Parts: sequence; C-alpha cells; structure tokens
Amino acid sequence: MAETTTADARPAPAGAPWSEGVAAPVIDLAGVGKTYRTGAIEYEALRDIHLRIDEGEYVAIMGPSGSGKSTLMNLIGCLDTLTVGRYLLAGDDVADLDEVDLAEIRNRRIGFVFQQFHLLPSLAAWRNVELPLVYGHVPGPERRRRAVEALERVGLGSKLANRPGEMSGGQQQRVAVARALVGEPALILADEPTGNLDSTSSADVLGLFDELHAQGRTIVLITHELEVAQHARRIVRVRDGRIQSDEVNPR
Amino acid sequence: MTWTETLRTGWAAIRSHGLRSTLTVLGILIGIAAVILTVGLGLGTQKDVSEQISSLGSNLLIVTPGSSTDSDGMRGGFGSAATLTRSDAQALASEVNTPDVAGVAPEKSTSLAVETSETNWTTTVVGTTPEWLDVRSRELSSGEFFTADDDAEAAAVVVLGSQTATELFGSTDVVGQVVTIADTPFTVVGVLASEGAAASADLDDLAVIPLTTAAEQVVGGSSRSSVSTIYVQAASADQLAAAYQETETTLLNLHSITDADSADFSINSQDSLVSTATAVYRTLTVLLTGIAGLSLLVGGIGVMNIMLVSVTERTREIGLRKALGAPPWAIRRQFLVEATVLGLAGGLLGAALGIVSARVLPDLLDTSIVVSGAAVAGSVVVAMGIGLVFGVYPATRAARLAPIDALRSE
Repeated sequence: MAETTTADARPAPAGAPWSEGVAAPVIDLAGVGKTYRTGAIEYEALRDIHLRIDEGEYVAIMGPSGSGKSTLMNLIGCLDTLTVGRYLLAGDDVADLDEVDLAEIRNRRIGFVFQQFHLLPSLAAWRNVELPLVYGHVPGPERRRRAVEALERVGLGSKLANRPGEMSGGQQQRVAVARALVGEPALILADEPTGNLDSTSSADVLGLFDELHAQGRTIVLITHELEVAQHARRIVRVRDGRIQSDEVNPR
Repeated sequence: MTWTETLRTGWAAIRSHGLRSTLTVLGILIGIAAVILTVGLGLGTQKDVSEQISSLGSNLLIVTPGSSTDSDGMRGGFGSAATLTRSDAQALASEVNTPDVAGVAPEKSTSLAVETSETNWTTTVVGTTPEWLDVRSRELSSGEFFTADDDAEAAAVVVLGSQTATELFGSTDVVGQVVTIADTPFTVVGVLASEGAAASADLDDLAVIPLTTAAEQVVGGSSRSSVSTIYVQAASADQLAAAYQETETTLLNLHSITDADSADFSINSQDSLVSTATAVYRTLTVLLTGIAGLSLLVGGIGVMNIMLVSVTERTREIGLRKALGAPPWAIRRQFLVEATVLGLAGGLLGAALGIVSARVLPDLLDTSIVVSGAAVAGSVVVAMGIGLVFGVYPATRAARLAPIDALRSE
C-alpha cells in the first residue's frame, strides 16, 4: 500500500478528527488555493485549505453561497484545477494532471451526485447507470450486470428500463446515486443532492447515503442546510474561502 | 468507449431530433442525387450521340460540303455550300479511284410533308441511290428497296421508315399504298425495319426515294445536281484510313483543288464525329456537376449548422459525460460520428433517389441517363466526408468545453 505510506508520512495536525489514523486518506488537500482571473480582476475563491478525509468517512462540507464550497467541491471532484497547493486523491497527486488524465481519475475514483440529477433523458435508467463504465472500457454484458446490481442496491430493481421522465425526483436521484456507485469509486461526491427534492424524497436519498456509509463507503456531501449536514459524521464549515471549523458531528 | 457504443449514442441523438436530422439529411440528399443525375445525364447523352453516329452504318466516312480545316487546323462548320454533286459520288464509287471503298451512297435530304388521302406527316425525305441500304446497314421489314432502274427512270417509288408508315397508315403493312410528296404521287415499295428504341427517332422517321426522282420532281431548282452528304463505306475497318486518303484525293482532283487545306468539302469518320460531339457534352457535364457539387457544399454547411446547434443544446450532457470520465477525444468522436452518420444517411438516400430518378426520368424526358457505379460510390463517400469535415469544428468545440461550465449551463 504505497499510497497509504505516502499519505501517512505527513504528520496530521494534533487534535484533528482523523488523527486516530485508522483508515487510509481518500482526500488529502494541503495548502490548496484557487484564484479566478477575469480580465484584470482576481478573485481568491479558496485559500490555504488543509483537509484530509479518510476511507469510510461521511463528511458534510457546509457553507453559505459564495463561501467557496462549490469551488472546493469542483477541486475535490477534479472538475477544476487548483492554483496552489497539493491534492492527493486516493494517494495520487492530481495537481498537475492534464484533461485526459483528470477524466480518467474522475471516471475511476469519483462518483458524482448532482443537485439537478443530470440524467440523460433519452436513456433508460440502466443505460444512465452504465455510463461511467462505458468510459471505463468495461465490456457490455458486465456493464449491464453491474448497472442492474447498482439499481437494485438503491431499491430501483423494478425500474431498470424506465426513462428519467417516467420517474419521480427521488427516484431520479436514486438512479444518479446508483450511477455514482457503479464504478466502485473511492469517493462519492454529492453536491446539494437534496436541493431539488421534497422532504420525503430528501429523507429517502439521505437514508440511502446512511446505508452506503454503513457499508463502508466514503461520502462527501456539499450542502448549505444544517439538517442535511446532520446526517454526516463530520461537518466542515467553509466561509470566505477558508475552512472555518472542522468537527465531529455527535448525532 | 467503443465504436459500436459511439455509433449507438450518435444514432440515438440523431433519432431524438427526427425533423431536424431529416431536414439536414435532405440537404445532402438533394446534392448527391443532383450529382448522380447530372453525371448520369451527361454520360447518357454521350452514349446517345455515339449510338446515333454508329447507327449510321459501319466503317463510314461522311463527306459533307464546306471546308474541313483552316490553316490553323481548326475544324470548320459543316457548310451548306452546294459543292458536292452526284458525279462526285459516282467518281468515288469507281474501283479505279478508290479501291478500298466498298460502297457509296449520296444523300439529298429535305424536310417535306408526305400526304395520304386522309392525313399528312412531315418527315425527312431522302433522295439516294440503291447502295444506300447496304452502306447505311439498313434492312427492310417488308417489300423491296428501289432499284438502279427506278433511279435511272426517276420512278415515283418510296421506301418508308417504320414510324413514318405507322404515322401515315396506322401500320407498317403498307406496300402498294400511294403517298403524295410535293404533289407527286409515290408508290410505297418497301418499309424499313425499325432500328429499335435505343436509336434516334430520325432513323425510323424518313421517306427514301431515288436520287434522280428527288432532284427532278421533289427538290428541283438550281441545286438539283447537288447532294447534302455522301456516305462512303470502307471495305473494312483496317481500310478506313486508305479509303479516307482515296476519297480526299479523288474529290480534290475532281474539284481541281491543289491544296487540301482549302478543300470545299469535309470528310469525317464516325470516330471523329463521336469525339467532337461528346467533347461538348463532357464539358457541359463537368459544368453541371460543379453546380450540383455546390449544392453539396450547402448541404455540408447545413450539417455544420445543425451540429453547432446540437453542441449548444447538449452542453449539459457534454458536461455530465466529461464529469463521468469521458476524455475530450471521446466527446469529439461522438459528435464526429453523428455528423458523419448524417452525411452518410444523406449520401445513401441521395444515391437511392438518384438511381430511382435515373430509371423514371428517361421515360418522361426522352433522354438516357447512365448511372455510373463510380459516381454513386464516389458521391456516397463524398457525402460521408462532408459530414466528417463539417463536423470537425462543432465536435472540437464540444470537446473543449470545461466540465463545470458545461454542467452549470441552463
């Protein structure tokens, strides 16, 4: 486990919630900053972020809009590149990767769940779920088998052939969760997953995350609602581009 | 992402915008069909012309009045000067003058009404000699051709083309009937066998009478001794060149012309007539194909337009696919395949339309259209290429989209 060795070689700040060192770090951000440049105007969205998330953790990143939490989520999700600092995702340094390598990292390491679900409306549920495997060069029959398995796991075994338009919002988001799961990624990254759902569906999806956490999945949830964040075991608060607090959620 | 996967995705995207895709395909389709038809029309006309010329007979030299070539080697027009006479034809028929010539048939043609008691029909009245039948490789379907005696006596006998007979009498069984040409009653002695549908209509629509009769009773006037064409048949294809030389020398001597460049007649072989005539049509075909090609270009721009719309419309899909791990090349390939499929569909449907039109149009327009396999295959490939080329820019634009921006777009 060379990855673990690399990560463990760096000392963790005393008193940090992960200092028990039980699991290998999935996310390891050190001195990360992001500056946007629009013409002559520079805007520092994030500065000096140190964040380490271990395998099996369930972390909520909270903050009001404009706090930089979306930027943080984009960096963690390898959807954007950092300006300064170092980012190890499951042990791999992703700071200097090009677009093709980033695509591969996203494909293999990260399962995304978005606020707007982002399902392709013309494709049946299982076709949506198999998409990451399509780009991961998994052969057809295996893709279908795994897509069906993932859909059964989120309780949609009976809706395999349904298109997103034929499902409720909660069901659509569960399809999206199945899609995030199907590639067995190291990290499930959910960006406001309940933002477009009613309270019943929200509870439904959050219940699903609880189950996945119980099964040992690493989950990072971006939200501005405390109620949602309360489901996580650890809450990281972001404000004005900095980490304001990082504490264990007693539940 | 495998090719089959890419194709399936592309096809699904095309199908999900049925009307738009159909209209785009239509642009390519029309261009391809137009190219196939213009090329086919050009080839068909060339075929018609060469068939028409070869149906004149075999191993023929066609002697017409007027200058042949000027000092620069340019071919002159087929003049209407009355420089050829029946005695020229007689001299050419002489074994001594032209040992390589098998037969000579002078023709004096004019367009006249042929009348029966009930109807009349305007046709080409050809005055000629009995050798005409052999020289022009024609046969009779009934009756007999007129004889040398008929010609010598200026007998009022006529041999009708099959179409002419049908137009006048409603059948080709007309031997013994009487028709009136230029107020002179003629007895029908024979009917020519039809040259078939492939040949020009002129070959079946004519009335052949003895040359003397034509000169004395039908045409008359000052030009009565002149002829419009002399057909000279070489004994074989190998003797054609020799026959040409002999014909030229004989006529130059008769006309007392020393310099061949200032000859008052021109001699053409069938081959040279074919190449002159087809050269014109070839130029025309190239020109028309160019215009049809332009419509293909317009079709290609249509593909580009629709692909740009597609990229804009599917920005979020592109963002999602990228977030899920699609590398830029996979996105580019997806849009390229889509554009190529549009082009290919247009090409195949256009080829089908072209081939069907090529079957139907000749019946309506009375021209031949030859569908060339090369033109069909070529235009399908070109259509695919157009899709590909005009797809490059939209596909590259799609591939360059940043995943976060693409995901956030509304």
